[in-house]
Amino acid sequence: MRKIDPDANRFRKIVRGKIRENLKQYVSQGELIARQGKKSVSVPLPQIDLPNFRFGQAEQGGVGQGEGEEGDPLGAEQAEPGPEAGDQPGEHVLEVDVNLEELAEILGEELELPNIEPRGSSSILVEKDKYTGITLNGPESLRHFRRTFKQALRRQIASGSYSPENPVVIPHREDRRYRSWNTTKVPQSNAVILYMMDVSGSMGNEQKEIVRIESFWLDTWLRSQYENLETRYIIHDAKAKVVDAHTFFHIRESGGTKISSAYSLARDLIQKEFSPEEWNVYLFHFSDGDNWGGDDTAQCLELLNHELIPAVNVFCYGQVKSAYGSGQFIKDLRQAYHENEKVLLSEINSRDEILPSIKTFLGKGH
Amino acid sequence: MFHDRDLTPELVEWKDTIRSVAVDSGLDFFEVLFEMVDYDEMNMIAAYGGFPVRYPHWRWGMQFEELQKQYSYGMAKIYELVINNDPCYAYLMRCNPLVDQKLVMSHVYGHSDFFKNNAWFGKTNRQMVDTIANHAVRINRYIDEHGKDTVEQFIDVCLSVENLIDIHSPYFTQKKSVSEEQRDKERQEAQGRRISTRSYMEGFINPPEVIEREKQEILEKIEKAENFPEDPQKDVLLFLLHHGKLRSWQRDVLSIVRDEAYYFAPQGMTKIMNEGWASFWHSRIMTGGILDASELMDYADHHAGTMGGGSGKLNPYKLGIELFRDIERRWDTGQHGPEWDSCQDVHGKSDWDLGHGKGIEKIYSVRSTHNDITFIDEFLTEDFAVRQNLYTYKFDRSQTQYVLESRDFREVKNRLLDQLANSGRPQIHVIDGNYGNRGELLLEHHWTGTPLKLDYARRTLENLEKLWGRPVHLKTQIDGKDKILGYNGSRHEERNEA
Repeated sequence: MRKIDPDANRFRKIVRGKIRENLKQYVSQGELIARQGKKSVSVPLPQIDLPNFRFGQAEQGGVGQGEGEEGDPLGAEQAEPGPEAGDQPGEHVLEVDVNLEELAEILGEELELPNIEPRGSSSILVEKDKYTGITLNGPESLRHFRRTFKQALRRQIASGSYSPENPVVIPHREDRRYRSWNTTKVPQSNAVILYMMDVSGSMGNEQKEIVRIESFWLDTWLRSQYENLETRYIIHDAKAKVVDAHTFFHIRESGGTKISSAYSLARDLIQKEFSPEEWNVYLFHFSDGDNWGGDDTAQCLELLNHELIPAVNVFCYGQVKSAYGSGQFIKDLRQAYHENEKVLLSEINSRDEILPSIKTFLGKGH
Repeated sequence: MFHDRDLTPELVEWKDTIRSVAVDSGLDFFEVLFEMVDYDEMNMIAAYGGFPVRYPHWRWGMQFEELQKQYSYGMAKIYELVINNDPCYAYLMRCNPLVDQKLVMSHVYGHSDFFKNNAWFGKTNRQMVDTIANHAVRINRYIDEHGKDTVEQFIDVCLSVENLIDIHSPYFTQKKSVSEEQRDKERQEAQGRRISTRSYMEGFINPPEVIEREKQEILEKIEKAENFPEDPQKDVLLFLLHHGKLRSWQRDVLSIVRDEAYYFAPQGMTKIMNEGWASFWHSRIMTGGILDASELMDYADHHAGTMGGGSGKLNPYKLGIELFRDIERRWDTGQHGPEWDSCQDVHGKSDWDLGHGKGIEKIYSVRSTHNDITFIDEFLTEDFAVRQNLYTYKFDRSQTQYVLESRDFREVKNRLLDQLANSGRPQIHVIDGNYGNRGELLLEHHWTGTPLKLDYARRTLENLEKLWGRPVHLKTQIDGKDKILGYNGSRHEERNEA
């Protein structure tokens, strides 16, 4: 252990506390998403520094060195003035890398999310090695130093060759102990999330942003629960297609809405790639609730009833409020599934309702 | 730990060589002990402010993580780390090539000479490594007694006001604060002024009611002196130590924070000079025979990296070294004094060389007596500002970015001096320790034209209230008006000055 580790851990703990405290804000502002790296998120923490009396930095100006005419902009780097750049933190906002698992944990604690129990786990098994015991033989790389030492100590005390004044312990060949492992079968935990989004003309930028934020957090949580998580993105207006994540969040289509197109594409995808025997399937659909005529809704229900709901862990429908949408679809779903545990519905009227919506979707632990 | 640690034999040899070159150049330093560390340890020591042992606190952890991150992204790397102590401790990064180690060693001898000889370091504790280790022992004891959270939170409170010290006070004899016993004695002895006279005249010359009234006045004055600092008290921490409602362990923690703040203060006051001086000497020593021809490119690259400003920033290393070189040149050639100043002839000026050769002597004396403010004030000439392309910048609200404001010499110099005043921090004084006759604390922000960052000011007031134990107030200006910010333990207020 390094000398600084207790201080570093202390700092981590404070960071965690701050993130928890401000989780709602981080969620509704959505700024964490842009800061996502492969395994971690860079979280800006404005309030963690120690306050002191200092000058408002922007007013202060300063002295610089270099070429340029009066009135020339200096570029962002000038923000910290010269001579005391070292001892005046200025407007600098601390950014801390938090890995995604930790973030998921914080989310889970704050929303009191239960751990997810993989469905169909008994049917999908893989072999795993686990170090569980000690043996007398083995490769040197697996030698258990402590056990070996203890054994040698025990032998020396028993044989009287140990003296506390000169506490030299020399392990013999027969003292050596090695780690040994057992192979066990553990349930495979594969999961796939299918995100479906309505990108018809009535879904505006704000609506898509809400979907984006919500799916980021759903993703983060589910990733912490499954070793192997796949995601697929489906967009639809009157027609549906599979796209990559970037397109999913940035595309802007226009035109009518035919939800059944997305559902049937999801069904095809599940049948082709993600057999429910091997995969935990999560189905999320976001829309503003506008659908073409009663006919299509009936078709949607048909697909859900017979093909989708039996195949998935959970079907979540989030209805984002938009100025144009009628909001009818959620009412139809509510009517059809008010007693079905596998169907979770939530209305998201603004960014502040993202957290409660996540809680609705994940709070059951399916 | 009174040896170099882990130095290779080659580096030991180089250390001896560089040391003797430094001595021959006239540098007079505390002995330097070098320790070889890897980047993990370097970042750790840097996070602790250069000291091997500090009291437990989360902010070291925070600094450490930031340094680790910067290092691993290749954004920054600590080249030198040296502690003002006798002997001086300095660290070398194990993975650096030889040319860097030589550069750092030369640089460190410059710092050590500066620590030893600059007057503003004259009062600093030269056994600070031990003292700071003792601080850690004391604080650890309080943690055992009162719990980690309690002590850490209190340290946070103290750190929030750690810069409220009087950085000049160590250089003047302190007025002894009057003790309680002395006050009691004064109180007992207080009496009206008696004019000696014959006994039969006593009642007329010294009427009892007048004597009594004068006695009351004196008593009142004593009471007043007790409650008020007589003059505005710049060392707010000292005032809090004497008069704040603190438990004894809290008082001790506050005094530790204050001691450390005083120890670090001269480094803030001499940043430009100190770095300039060390850079001046590393440059001179390295190019004076220590540098191998094969190392020249690497040396030039690293030296330029240290001096580089990057998009218009003013770099203290650069400003410092250029000023020292300018002083050396001016005193070598005699380009100073009234005759020089009054010379109007452009050609005469450019060829001016009286062959005085006093450059080295002059810079040695400058490094002994000046701090950044007097250094800039006395030696930053218009000629220098022009040659160095100095300018002022300001924040332009319409463009929401910084823009180049002016190249006018007076403005550049004044802005620079303003920024250096009180090490770039607002000056805050205690003016009343019994504000409104309710035992409340009134501080004043000495107005220099720049407003405070208000959200920070409010949070700082919250911490001050914890130290003072009663409501606290701060007089300052907001949007051009005199205001008093107040905090009473649960609520903030902002009112116009009565």
